[in-house]
Amino acid sequence: MDSVFNPLVGGLLIGVATVVYLLSIGKVIGISGIFAQLLFNRDRLYPFLFIAGLVIGGSAYGILTDQTVPFPEARSPFLLIVSGLLVGYGTRLGGGCTSGHGVCGISRLSPRSIAATIIFMLTAIITVSVLH
Amino acid sequence: MYAFITLISGLLFGLGLAFSEMTNPAVVIGFLDIFGNWNPSLLIVMASAIAIGMIGYYIKRKSLKPLLTNVWQIPTARNIDAKLVIGSALFGIGWGLSGYCPGPGLTAMVNNPSEGFYFVIALIVGSSVHYFQTRITNK
Repeated sequence: MDSVFNPLVGGLLIGVATVVYLLSIGKVIGISGIFAQLLFNRDRLYPFLFIAGLVIGGSAYGILTDQTVPFPEARSPFLLIVSGLLVGYGTRLGGGCTSGHGVCGISRLSPRSIAATIIFMLTAIITVSVLH
Repeated sequence: MYAFITLISGLLFGLGLAFSEMTNPAVVIGFLDIFGNWNPSLLIVMASAIAIGMIGYYIKRKSLKPLLTNVWQIPTARNIDAKLVIGSALFGIGWGLSGYCPGPGLTAMVNNPSEGFYFVIALIVGSSVHYFQTRITNK
């Protein structure tokens, strides 16, 4: 049951977060964009609050339920660094990530976001199938 | 109120990521591994998040302005250009390598610091390269 219940409720929470943010603040939730604002904006308070909430929410559940999420075997720092560089540069060049394009963009049926989501899903699937 | 809603939105989003196990890169890689031992759970996450999101945009179309500000700031661009295609392709490769997209990568700073440290430093460097590249080319 957990295999359906957890993703369903998790997705609902993500959806509610984007709707609360949209209808009160009038903006789209894009994690890569908000993180870039935290890095480069002059006024950092709001991006900081959002990212702080994200990190607290994303780790509290694991801590409360005693479920930390270690990857089964230790992975090389090199892999993580190459991944972080591509994610950081790629999301900024493409103007969004899984949240901004994937969730918010598809919700408002943006052709750009639908194209972006198809492309990053495809290259991610190809990358995983090459690695494994 | 603006600050409170910003914090709460981040918190709810993070809880959603954790509850659906998107913060676990092994689960994300399982989802992307469609030719191997495929785990379709993230399809459910995306579908339920988008279903709620669509209701939000429906309400938005009926509303004059957001509750706490005077203007909607929704992206309006519709063209699919080379930047979008190349950027998204690079992002997908990075995502597939580690199983981290930006949100789960940031929570990994707490959930799995030995991985989160390297990923987030590189995420900052990657975003900075784009930021300074744009500043230089716009001069």
